[in-house]
Amino acid sequence: MTLFRSILAVTLFLTFFITLSPAFQSDELLLDDEEFGLEGGRPQSRPSPNIATTTTTPTRKRIPDSASDSKIQFTLEHAFGDSDFSEAGNFSARLKTWSHGAQTLTKLRFSRDAFTAVEKNKFQELLKGDDFYRIRLPSNVLSPPGREYIVSSVKARCLAGDGLEEHFVIHTEGVNILAVNYGAPGACPYPRQLKLPAKWSFKSHTLLKNTEQAPRTPIFTEEVLGGEGIEGELIKPPERSFWAKYWMYVIPLGLIVMNAVTQAMNMPEEQAGGQGGAPQQPGTAVQRGTNPGVRRR
Amino acid sequence: MAMAIRVFLSFLLFLSLTNLASSLYEDQVGLMDWHQQYIGKVKHAVFHTQKTGRKRVLVSTEENVVASLDLRHGEIFWRHVLGTNDVVDGIDIALGKYVITLSSGGSILRAWNLPDGQMVWESSLQGSKASKSILNIPKNLKSDKDDLILVFGKGCLHAISSIDGEVLWKKDFAGESIEVSHIIQSPEVIYVAGFVGSSKFYVYELDAKSGELLKNNHIALPFRTSGESLYVPDDKFLVLDDARSKIVTININNGDINYNQKQISDLVKDSSGQAVILPSRLPGLSALKINSQVLLIKVTNEGELAVVDKIDNTAAFSNALSISEDQHVFAFVQYEDNKIHLSIKDVNDWSRDLLKENLVIDHQRGNIEKIFINNYVRTDRSHGFRALMVMEDHSLLLVQQGEIVWSREDGLASVVDVTTSELPVEKEGVSVAKVEQNLFEWLKGHVLKLKGTLMIASPEDKIAIQKLRLGSSEKSKMTRDHNGFRKLLIVLTRAGKVFALHTGDGHIVWSITLNTLRKSEDCKHPVGLNIYQWQVPHHHALDENPSILVIGRCGPSLSAPTALSFLDAYTGKELNSLSLAHTVARVIPLPYTDSTEQRLHLIIDFNKHAHLYPRTPEASEILKHEFSNIYWYSVEADNGVIRGHALKSNCIHEVVDEYCFVFRDLWSIVFPSESEKIIATVTRKSNEVVHTQAKVMTDHDVMYKYISKNILFVANAAPKASGDIGTATPEEALLVIYIIDTVTGRILHRMTHQGCQGPVHAVFSENWVVYHYFNLRAHRHEMSVIEVYDQSRADNKDIWKFLLGKHNLTSPISSYYRPEISAKSQSYFFTHSVKAIEVTSTAKGITSKQLLIGTIGDQVLAVDKRFLDPRRTLNPSQAEKEEGIIPLTDSLPIISQSYITHSLKVEGLRGIVTVPAKLESTSLVFAYGVDLFFTQIAPSRTYDSLTEDFNYALLLLTIVALVAALFITYVLSERKDLQEKWR
Repeated sequence: MTLFRSILAVTLFLTFFITLSPAFQSDELLLDDEEFGLEGGRPQSRPSPNIATTTTTPTRKRIPDSASDSKIQFTLEHAFGDSDFSEAGNFSARLKTWSHGAQTLTKLRFSRDAFTAVEKNKFQELLKGDDFYRIRLPSNVLSPPGREYIVSSVKARCLAGDGLEEHFVIHTEGVNILAVNYGAPGACPYPRQLKLPAKWSFKSHTLLKNTEQAPRTPIFTEEVLGGEGIEGELIKPPERSFWAKYWMYVIPLGLIVMNAVTQAMNMPEEQAGGQGGAPQQPGTAVQRGTNPGVRRR
Repeated sequence: MAMAIRVFLSFLLFLSLTNLASSLYEDQVGLMDWHQQYIGKVKHAVFHTQKTGRKRVLVSTEENVVASLDLRHGEIFWRHVLGTNDVVDGIDIALGKYVITLSSGGSILRAWNLPDGQMVWESSLQGSKASKSILNIPKNLKSDKDDLILVFGKGCLHAISSIDGEVLWKKDFAGESIEVSHIIQSPEVIYVAGFVGSSKFYVYELDAKSGELLKNNHIALPFRTSGESLYVPDDKFLVLDDARSKIVTININNGDINYNQKQISDLVKDSSGQAVILPSRLPGLSALKINSQVLLIKVTNEGELAVVDKIDNTAAFSNALSISEDQHVFAFVQYEDNKIHLSIKDVNDWSRDLLKENLVIDHQRGNIEKIFINNYVRTDRSHGFRALMVMEDHSLLLVQQGEIVWSREDGLASVVDVTTSELPVEKEGVSVAKVEQNLFEWLKGHVLKLKGTLMIASPEDKIAIQKLRLGSSEKSKMTRDHNGFRKLLIVLTRAGKVFALHTGDGHIVWSITLNTLRKSEDCKHPVGLNIYQWQVPHHHALDENPSILVIGRCGPSLSAPTALSFLDAYTGKELNSLSLAHTVARVIPLPYTDSTEQRLHLIIDFNKHAHLYPRTPEASEILKHEFSNIYWYSVEADNGVIRGHALKSNCIHEVVDEYCFVFRDLWSIVFPSESEKIIATVTRKSNEVVHTQAKVMTDHDVMYKYISKNILFVANAAPKASGDIGTATPEEALLVIYIIDTVTGRILHRMTHQGCQGPVHAVFSENWVVYHYFNLRAHRHEMSVIEVYDQSRADNKDIWKFLLGKHNLTSPISSYYRPEISAKSQSYFFTHSVKAIEVTSTAKGITSKQLLIGTIGDQVLAVDKRFLDPRRTLNPSQAEKEEGIIPLTDSLPIISQSYITHSLKVEGLRGIVTVPAKLESTSLVFAYGVDLFFTQIAPSRTYDSLTEDFNYALLLLTIVALVAALFITYVLSERKDLQEKWR
């Protein structure tokens, strides 16, 4: 049933790109929409233009015909606490084989089987005991389970919100699955509260992730580097202005000069006042007015 | 214009560099740092005492060091540390002026000048197959003719001129399938002897001049032999049969080979134990060890064997030393109820002891493992002897006249793990006299310093000042100081000895050889694994001593039995020791302590059980409370799998064991074995302090650091490119970097470096990781940085949100939160290859960080973290410049002033440890290898304290002068005023 449904889904999808069948439970976060556009618009049997791309990053824009597609499926298994694993759902994806031999997974779909009554019970047990709900995936999608299963687990109480909501981020390398980040979208810090889900259907989000390239080390040409180094050594710091250099000497000097000038100004006045007598009275009065103040200190 | 900008930028760069380089002045060397030189456990020793003023002993050690030591004081005249793969096989003296060393499995022969250790020549010897390597240098030959050095290595016999190291002739034995074990040189012929298989004994006779094969003879013994054989001069070999019940004498006489055999039971009545031939070379004698008894067997010229003596409780035998034409002596050491007897006897005259001395050796040094003897002429013209002893704790002693003349703690050349401990708190009640004396000293010191500052100090004063600065009694005090500079460094050595070193001057405060880590019957190859802080009393710091946990194992395999030892950190006394019933695969110090402040430790064993220590009900109760919050991970590097674990329930053996738990696997990451191989994993230091989570960007924007203790950095290389650099092409090479949350097993970040390969050295701190690798495309080493930021908190920028409390900053962080992460990354070229990499750590984490890089030249380079900032751009804006962003360059600068080891080398550097001081600006750095080096560094200068040599006297003098000036001017002005009034 599920198989039929997903086949139907793929055909539907190929015909009308973008629109998702309402029969789907999965609402995938779409990363590579560029591919969608190209893929959907073209029929499959086209002579491949001779393109030799060297990278396998799926997010890169490329002509899809250089690669052949095949559809593969792998199962998700789950376990309640320490119980044995049992089948819980199906992932389907398209396996692209590039002209240079590399294979990548794209367009992941997920359909989850509904919990049976027994499983519901088991899940409720987990919720009560704040125990782990565990899932596993094969580490190789072509020859499952590959070397070993990829296991991930989450506290059951984290999943139970309004409904059951889960996130899968599957890290792949070619046809190998390295790891799966599995968990609920929201936070669930310790201590977690017991809360039974309102409805028993899973809302699943899936995402495929591949490795990203590290940024290249910036390479400056030798010339520039050498030039800079030599310049750095040879060229003296730009000449500063006279003021910038000697302000610390100039300011005190100025102060001293001003001081001396005022004193010099005062001296002749005083002398002049003594000689001039009456006409100069206001001036001396001012002088006396200030001086006693100083003395009283 | 562009030119001007560039000039300006380079000027800015220059300015920023001068800011960053926190270098030392010449007279500050040794003020806060110390450096100790070691050589390691001695393997071979050759004395050189004839007709020289300086008497020396030449040694080669297990740390691949060739050194010349002063025989009077034990100091190092010169020393060469050969590479880690360049194991020294033999050392000897040729022509009386060259030290010849054979190393690297018999493929490199070097001659060093005896007085100064300069290399004279080096020969690399080619050979086709690995074999035992033998260095044979003829003795007592006249040095006027061209002496031959015979070297057997890699299946070839080489004759090498000792003058220039030229290979004179070469004879390949690779095709003969002979295991050459002896080379005997006589003036004309050379005998090469050895076994083919285990029962055929071959002797080849070669011409010494040309290396031509003169004769080839062999004998087939009718039984299998044990393999080890001993040459007894002049022409006999001793072998044991493989049941070790018969002793066989093989006689080579003028090319004829014959053999005699004798049952060991005929020689000694009680021969129940395993017989072993001791490899001491004694003319006409051989030593056979059965249990703890040694039989000395005389081999007569006819090949007859006769027991000369039996010696009980022997520890070590020396080789024969010829003191005159026909007098050969040897030494042995005997243990007799806590006493050590050193005896020296003549090989031929057995009845007389040339020397018999009782020795007192600290029992912490363990047993005597090797002994080398040397003779000298006493004042009364008789023969005197001195002995060089290698002890179980790898220390080296020189014994003469029954006393230890000098000793070297060479166990410290092989530090395995380091931890620190605080010193005792200073007790109240210091005597007045002491204070007065201190005050006087203090004043005197400052007056001297003042003289220095004012440049009126005489040369003697200058010396006194320097001495005062270096020998400050403050720094080697045995109490805690206010700044937290004084601590104990507790180091575990490969010999199983624990040392406590004072950070002030590096002296050994205490040392202890752990009984659990000593060689014994049931523990043949004990190894010290780790050392942890077990108990750190804060509440009872005055009356309780901190303690240390040492973990050791018998043998290198994971399944070997394990032992724990608990030591008092102040006295070094062993408080307790446990021999564990289980193995140790991993030790996890938990972040919980019990009421006596003992830290809880979880020991994961080989059989997937977790054991809780201390085994007290209280600890069990604490763990029960946190039971569901304990997660850890394990890395299976060979398998390419990382797993996460959590505790499940108690173990159920016959009874429920309360301190043993089973655990379950929560998650697993399986790397594809055909394309990736784990080569490095790094986590954050568990005791690291992060000051703030927020990082304010240039545009007044806030980024939140993703700070989690449960984070793991993994570096994977392509399997083809996991070998040495140069073995893979750039197309094959690939380096994949992961940042993984270890609670949920989520890959937070994943990145590929094309055309790069290991070895990867990395350090993880706060929210960033810096790693070093090799870029094959650029033919250079690179360092990359990844900074991880938490996006889920990124929208907490609105002030109104803070005021209304609508932010999520106070919400607890959980690993079960879906990570929203942004990672920034940048790579830079770096010139050096790296041996170790560390980051400074300070008490509160406020001070900016420096990376400490142990370079290939065995120095430690401090690189500011600002150089490894992913936000560096080519033309930073004004605001970015203000923030301190350095313009982008393609390579990291190496500023010679920022070597924290200044002019010194930490030979054979293996690790760097940083410890925060109490003073926020300062971090303590300990680098270890063959040498030890310790210093304090302040990455942002000591902004929170005055420097050690701050001149208080000058400050005081200035204040006094100012006050005096104030008074004088006051008096003067008063007087002037009075005069004014009276005018």
